Amino acid sequence: MSAPLKETAPAQGPAPRPVGRGAVRPGDRRGEGVVLNVFSHGFLALWAVLIVLPLLWLVLSSFRTDAQIGGSAFGWPRNWDLGVFSRAWEKGIGDYFTSTVVVLAISVPLTMLLGSMAAYVLARYEFRGNRLLYYFFVAGAMFPVFLALVPLFFMVKRLDMLNTYHGLALVYVAYSLPFTVFFLHAFFRTLPTAVFEAAVLDGASHTRTFFQVMLPMAKPGLLSVGIFNTLGQWNQYILPTVLMQPQSGDDPERYVLTQGLIQLQQQQGYASDLPVLFAGVTIAMVPMLVVYLSFQRQVQAGLTSATLK
Amino acid sequence: MRKGQHRFVAGFLFFPVALYLIFVIWPYVQTFGYSLTDWKGQSQTFDFVGLDNYTALFEDDVFMGAIGHNILFLVFIPVITILLALFFAFMLNAGGRGRSGGVSGVAGSTYYRVVYFFPQVLSLAILAVLFGAVYRSDGGGMLNGVLIELGLVDENNPVEWLNEPDFVLWALIAVVVWHGVGFYLVLFSAAMQSIPRDVYEAALIDGAGRAQSFFRITLPLLWDSVQTAWVYLGIAAMDMFILVSTMTAGDYGGGPDHHSEVMSTVMMRNFLLYGRSGYACAMGVVMLLLTLIVSVVMLRATRRERIEF
Repeated sequence: MSAPLKETAPAQGPAPRPVGRGAVRPGDRRGEGVVLNVFSHGFLALWAVLIVLPLLWLVLSSFRTDAQIGGSAFGWPRNWDLGVFSRAWEKGIGDYFTSTVVVLAISVPLTMLLGSMAAYVLARYEFRGNRLLYYFFVAGAMFPVFLALVPLFFMVKRLDMLNTYHGLALVYVAYSLPFTVFFLHAFFRTLPTAVFEAAVLDGASHTRTFFQVMLPMAKPGLLSVGIFNTLGQWNQYILPTVLMQPQSGDDPERYVLTQGLIQLQQQQGYASDLPVLFAGVTIAMVPMLVVYLSFQRQVQAGLTSATLK
Repeated sequence: MRKGQHRFVAGFLFFPVALYLIFVIWPYVQTFGYSLTDWKGQSQTFDFVGLDNYTALFEDDVFMGAIGHNILFLVFIPVITILLALFFAFMLNAGGRGRSGGVSGVAGSTYYRVVYFFPQVLSLAILAVLFGAVYRSDGGGMLNGVLIELGLVDENNPVEWLNEPDFVLWALIAVVVWHGVGFYLVLFSAAMQSIPRDVYEAALIDGAGRAQSFFRITLPLLWDSVQTAWVYLGIAAMDMFILVSTMTAGDYGGGPDHHSEVMSTVMMRNFLLYGRSGYACAMGVVMLLLTLIVSVVMLRATRRERIEF
């Protein structure tokens, strides 16, 4: 059956068709194209407006007075007073900002160091239990964090690290390891063996080979994972909510930025000083905007690569 | 290999594995044990109560209602987000039909992509404050403000978006979609770009319109990414802690009158507010089971024959 079909297919009216198509279709399609173009551009632009408008509105609102904000949703700020930002900074945003930076200054480098060490050894060295250990690391990414929260709280408490920067940083590192190991493991596998062998032949120790040869070669991978971890830890909210509550009356507040914003939202709702809250959000958004616009490609690649596991 | 290798491997693995065991694996394991006890927060002693916590869970109307809300999220969040992301990704990558007859994205697609993705780098805490202001229950809220301007809402009787049992879940879904579309758009774009151009061009010559080339070419070749997105959004729908706990009324959210409760908010309230640690652990275990079931079911339900190209 198949043989005759094959023969008839090309024979079936190939001659008149191209003519008819060439004459009618393009115009046809152009007409459809114009309508669709207006339609699709409209939708695309609408969504862009939906993204930008609330953000812009919030930033503008931080320049308005509380009475203005409560009265109506729209209305141009009367005076462009930058003082609201310093007021927000003093009302707590400054402290929250510092807390976040301190925690991340410990946790991000440590995540990268420990993550790349584990990933490297698992990717390049044969030993018993290698596969098992790799799956053990990767499996951690599949469980919801809520499963661990209660015992985690008491574990950190027993280590006397509740409401401390280093305690939160260590927990961040531990919860960032699964993805970091997974991603860098794949990356180290793709690096050429020849360079590694040359270094070993030249008498470099394993440790030295890692730090001076392999790590520099893994830079693109490190950058992607680094951005991913920085954003993830900067935006973390659940872990600090559980681990960063003042433990006694004289234990100072060490809220991170996300926690602090929510705190400020609750306070400012009563104190009716919404411009301060909006200014605080603006301050919190700026670093993200700067990082995003300057590393736009890497950020998109780093974040979406997380879904490839 | 050389001597000293074992020491090197062990040395490199020691800290990552130790940290991971202490803060991730051990708490995960402990949760199962604690879920079988009547442990209350600060007390050091507790008794084994078997499956009592689990039977109590099934009689807990608040928790069962929360599961219902999670299921609602599970149905709507992935569908809406994926449809929008697919539509926009297609427009940006293959929607334009240049005068030359080639296939390309619409004009300005780079800018659209940058704008659409931006919400992804903001923390959910920022989104909570932002949309808290957008959904404000008086005329000062952006949404009410727009609707009042358009004459759709009575100025003296604005909608309390987050306090209406009928609206609150949809208001939350809108935030998640707003946040997620750009991310999945970038994910789908990457997959679309790996589809060879000549496939589209061949379809174009055969007279396929945009809709046809989308349903007959793009979607089948993109199925793997869609599946990944489905599972990820499903997992996100099972969480929802940050938005619900910060945007809705009540301690750890869930208001009005438990109409927006999700599993994670019930769990956190039982743990941090009521100190019912054992009970909260049982909820954690149920969340894990449901999340795993969701992942498996979604992978199964969306399975298609893989197409090589």
